Amino acid sequence: MSTAVRPRTSRLPAPMRVLFAALLTTPLWLTQVGLYQYLALEIMIWMLFALGYNLLLGYAGLPSFGHGAYFGIGAYAFGLLQLKVWPNLWFDLAGAAAIAAILGAVVAAFISHRRGIYYALLTIAFGQVFWFVAVKWHSVTGGEDGLLNLRRLPADFGFVAFDLKSNVALFYFAFGIFAFVVFALWRLVHSPWGRILTAIKQNEMRAAFVGYNVWLYKWLAFTVSAGIAGIAGGLFALAQQSAYPNVMSLHSSGFVVMMVLIGGGLVSFWGPVLGALFFILARDLLGAYTETWLLWYGLLFMAVVLWQPDGIAGLWQRWRRRHRSALRSTPPVAKAV
Amino acid sequence: MALFEARNLHKRFGRQVVLEDVSLSFEAGRLSGIMGPNGAGKTTCFNVLTGRYAPDRGEVMFEGEAITGMAPRAIAQRGISRSFQVMNLFNDYTALDNVLVALPDIRRRGYDGWSDLSADTAAHDKAAAVLARVGLSGKEPAPAKSLSYGDRRALEIAVALAAEPRLLFLDEPTAGLGSEGMARLSTLIGELKRTLTIVVIEHDMKFLFGLADRISVIHWGQVIAEGTPAELRENRWVQRSTLGRPA
Repeated sequence: MSTAVRPRTSRLPAPMRVLFAALLTTPLWLTQVGLYQYLALEIMIWMLFALGYNLLLGYAGLPSFGHGAYFGIGAYAFGLLQLKVWPNLWFDLAGAAAIAAILGAVVAAFISHRRGIYYALLTIAFGQVFWFVAVKWHSVTGGEDGLLNLRRLPADFGFVAFDLKSNVALFYFAFGIFAFVVFALWRLVHSPWGRILTAIKQNEMRAAFVGYNVWLYKWLAFTVSAGIAGIAGGLFALAQQSAYPNVMSLHSSGFVVMMVLIGGGLVSFWGPVLGALFFILARDLLGAYTETWLLWYGLLFMAVVLWQPDGIAGLWQRWRRRHRSALRSTPPVAKAV
Repeated sequence: MALFEARNLHKRFGRQVVLEDVSLSFEAGRLSGIMGPNGAGKTTCFNVLTGRYAPDRGEVMFEGEAITGMAPRAIAQRGISRSFQVMNLFNDYTALDNVLVALPDIRRRGYDGWSDLSADTAAHDKAAAVLARVGLSGKEPAPAKSLSYGDRRALEIAVALAAEPRLLFLDEPTAGLGSEGMARLSTLIGELKRTLTIVVIEHDMKFLFGLADRISVIHWGQVIAEGTPAELRENRWVQRSTLGRPA
């Protein structure tokens, strides 16, 4: 009975397979369409950041407008661990994720009893605190210059080590992490935890009266999301070979919100993927023609919020629904023709 | 010993005293009613009993254990479930999902972030059975927000029932229902009464007198009368209050 009511969630859905195939084959076709491998790497890192952020905005309904801070914390943590603790790729990346998650957990402890505008304002305030520390704590963070000359350390698997100096090698290394996180996030949002988180988004009070610790779910969502932002930030520092305050500025926080909303993160798991792709391509392609690309992108963002709040993914879903209902209503004879 | 007891509850909002020395007790296996005119303090009383508000004074006991001022989730985990006068559903979820997330099995696995909930056929069957119990068979895939008012009322009860409570509070379940919906709800509560301890807040006297074993009347934030429906029909306080005469 229940299987007829609700189809099972695919472990490896078609969009995931298409995404992985498209990313894996980029070295074969990217240059032929006038793009370059580093761009694909950057897009993938932003996709990772946006997917993690959407756990908070899309699935928990919690608007964090200071999430760039955790991306930046990941980048700085990666750099500082490499320069001052242990120059080991695995240790530095794991440390980036862990430090971003821990600081995210501390912030979440202060804000998880809030929702809506108060929640959003608190996230901005905490984001600005981290940015200020990055700029002013010169002896540790390098101030406005940031941390420079970070190395692309080899990926050492014990029995074999891969050099990551080329963008293609680094891309494949980052893809491994990206694929793992995407798969884990997919499982997470379809798990009991994910379904309860979305129930809390819809009605916090009812969820509490059903017996759930709403505060703890919100806290966990923020912490996990900050941890993923930290991994993305660590990869970004690895790719850029530097970490600087701009990475954790309000701009970064705004960019990820725009990616998620334009992509359609509120209606689809894959919205942030589309949004990040669209944003970075727009930056590169529009940016080649005009320095004011962000103005045009901002206008587009306003148009999406006003007339297409479900974003690109929502547009696709609507087209599919129409297409399916048109197919259903077509008489069999006409179909045969 | 009563299954649930409230002793000398006081609650005020600013200068407004909403509950004053309210004592209530509900016996296991019975359907108890709380009745009173609009603004009498019934819903505040319900909210204090179920943990939404902490009382300023007084004590709430469930199965001999003090639950005064506990968070709603802690009270729910002890086996007390409630519905709401103003509907409180997970609107974007289907009827089935509304019930599914309220199941104790799912609550126990609430921190499982890996297994696929859609593959849990046992939980889905259980949720479908709860929907069938309230007459919502066939409505499983319908989003809660698309259901008719009467169906949403039934779903509100289904979500409360899904938690497998030992005590079920229903807050004004007839609110907004027409005569057909009332009859359907009356049948449903009558059936639930056979297996559950239920407390119903209601201002519709005819509805409550037809179902309740025992009724407490609240007016001006106080319990002004208690008894069986037959006893209350003869009570001069009830007759004098704005409640009017039951049919």
